[in-house]
Amino acid sequence: MKIWIAFWNIVLKDMRAYYLKPPNISWGLIFPIAWTAMFFIKSGRGLDDVLGLLPGVVAISILFGTTSMLAVTITFEKKGRSFERLLLAPISLELLMLAKTGGAILFGVVNALVPVAIACFLSDLSRVAWGAVVPAVVLIAIASTFMGLFIAVSVSEIFEAQTFSNFFRFPMIFLCGLFFPIDALPMLLKPLAYVLPLTYGVDILKGGFQGSNIMPLSLDFVGICLFCMVLFYFSLKNIHKKWIS
Amino acid sequence: MLLLGGGKGVFVAMTTNPGSSAIIEVGELTKRFGDVTAVDHVSFQVERGELFGFLGPNGAGKTTTINMLIGLARPDSGAIRIGGLNCRKNPKAAQHLIGVVPDESNLYPELTGFDNLCFCAALYGMGKPARIARATQLLRDFDLSKAAHRKFGGYSKGMKRKLAIAAGIVHQPQILFLDEPTTGIDVASARNIRQLLADLHRSGTTIFLTTHYIEEAERLCDRIAFIVNGRIVKIDQVASLLKPVQDRYATIVNGTGLNPSFLGELSASFGGLEFHLHSQDRIRVESSMPIHIGPIVKFLEDKNVAVTEARRMHLSLEDVFVQITGIEADAMKLEKMKAAA
Repeated sequence: MKIWIAFWNIVLKDMRAYYLKPPNISWGLIFPIAWTAMFFIKSGRGLDDVLGLLPGVVAISILFGTTSMLAVTITFEKKGRSFERLLLAPISLELLMLAKTGGAILFGVVNALVPVAIACFLSDLSRVAWGAVVPAVVLIAIASTFMGLFIAVSVSEIFEAQTFSNFFRFPMIFLCGLFFPIDALPMLLKPLAYVLPLTYGVDILKGGFQGSNIMPLSLDFVGICLFCMVLFYFSLKNIHKKWIS
Repeated sequence: MLLLGGGKGVFVAMTTNPGSSAIIEVGELTKRFGDVTAVDHVSFQVERGELFGFLGPNGAGKTTTINMLIGLARPDSGAIRIGGLNCRKNPKAAQHLIGVVPDESNLYPELTGFDNLCFCAALYGMGKPARIARATQLLRDFDLSKAAHRKFGGYSKGMKRKLAIAAGIVHQPQILFLDEPTTGIDVASARNIRQLLADLHRSGTTIFLTTHYIEEAERLCDRIAFIVNGRIVKIDQVASLLKPVQDRYATIVNGTGLNPSFLGELSASFGGLEFHLHSQDRIRVESSMPIHIGPIVKFLEDKNVAVTEARRMHLSLEDVFVQITGIEADAMKLEKMKAAA
């Protein structure tokens, strides 16, 4: 019970201190709206293709909403030494890091809801397989946040966190099958697509929204879950190595 | 003899007093950073309810030792037991027993003083009503009630320090680790903090204090360890440490035209007195008997020294520290002030 009080209050504190600040709320709303509008105008295929756009805008909204936010907030707290206070709390490092990432994961999920909410007014979503979409949204948010965590423990300056985030994010959005089908990628780049967590998340979203997934959904779920575990494991290992050495 | 798990199958033997009520037990603690040994086979015990001072110059290994005790750094070898729990094996084992006030504030600048305390209390699993009551009480005790709902980032240095101490004891820990609590703050705030520490000590909290201010340690601590280059060079009760200087007399003579060659002549002329050249214009005279300054002044004036001042000095722990470590306490203080600035 006691450790859950600590867990919940870390999540709440981060939400209040970082994610529910007006600039972040507006960013969280404007960014997905802008992505949706951009994709919509560019596709030129009218309202019928809204479902075709959703996997892309949902995935990108989560990826951009979570990765750098977490990387920056943790780097900021590490620099200001307030992160030390958390390390001194009598809760396990695993639970502490889950609490730190909890706020960002929720923020990512809320980011994903924006384009879906817009789509509700523009298209018929009755055929969407929510049983696949909802867990995919949560798993993409977890994977993106853990990627932010991995970045946060690998850098020491806030600007490095931003740069490092982009270093991962931009290649990822072009290689995960959103803009170019994975089959159409050059032979050399194809294997890269399969070592990106977003590839599996996007494939589930494509399956959930349109039924156009290229891999079995079970494989996608296993793939993205594995990425979440590996990223979390190496982040914790890095924290032990770099921050509690 | 107490056997403590030293990790990796190594057991470190620590000699303990059978009647001891040690709450912190450290044996042969060692930490290296590359080729540098920051903490070198350090052993000590802190009794329950004791105010234990850990003194040394910058880079002596004080903060590294504290970090190992509180679980923020891993020892390379040695043993740590806090409240009977093996912290070498599990650094988190005793974190519920300890409170930590680091040398630099680690509270959240974007939260108010009240919210900072409530958040820190929540980290130790305190329920909402208990957190609110404790935060309100601490803000009152530390005279911060008026600033309770101001953001911590806008506090003065003294207020920040006080709130950091309040945050360190918000969960009523058995042991409080304080790293340089009065460095870089004004005299009034420092006095206030010393009073708070004395009150905490009286209430039974074990306090582990590191400081550069030797007079502060002398005034507050029960026992002191001097650490230099990662090794403990002396550890004893304050009264015992002061014994060698208690029955000694010292006088400082200031003047222009002093010369190191006078020291030999002075020693030859005034048997039983020890002369040390402190600086170009200062000689320190020490003796186990009262010092008659008139003949010394006359001697110096005959040598064309313009004596400007002669005053008796009260020998303190600072002198003991200088004797033991060979480090001038003033230099140590200056070094820290520069770092704080």
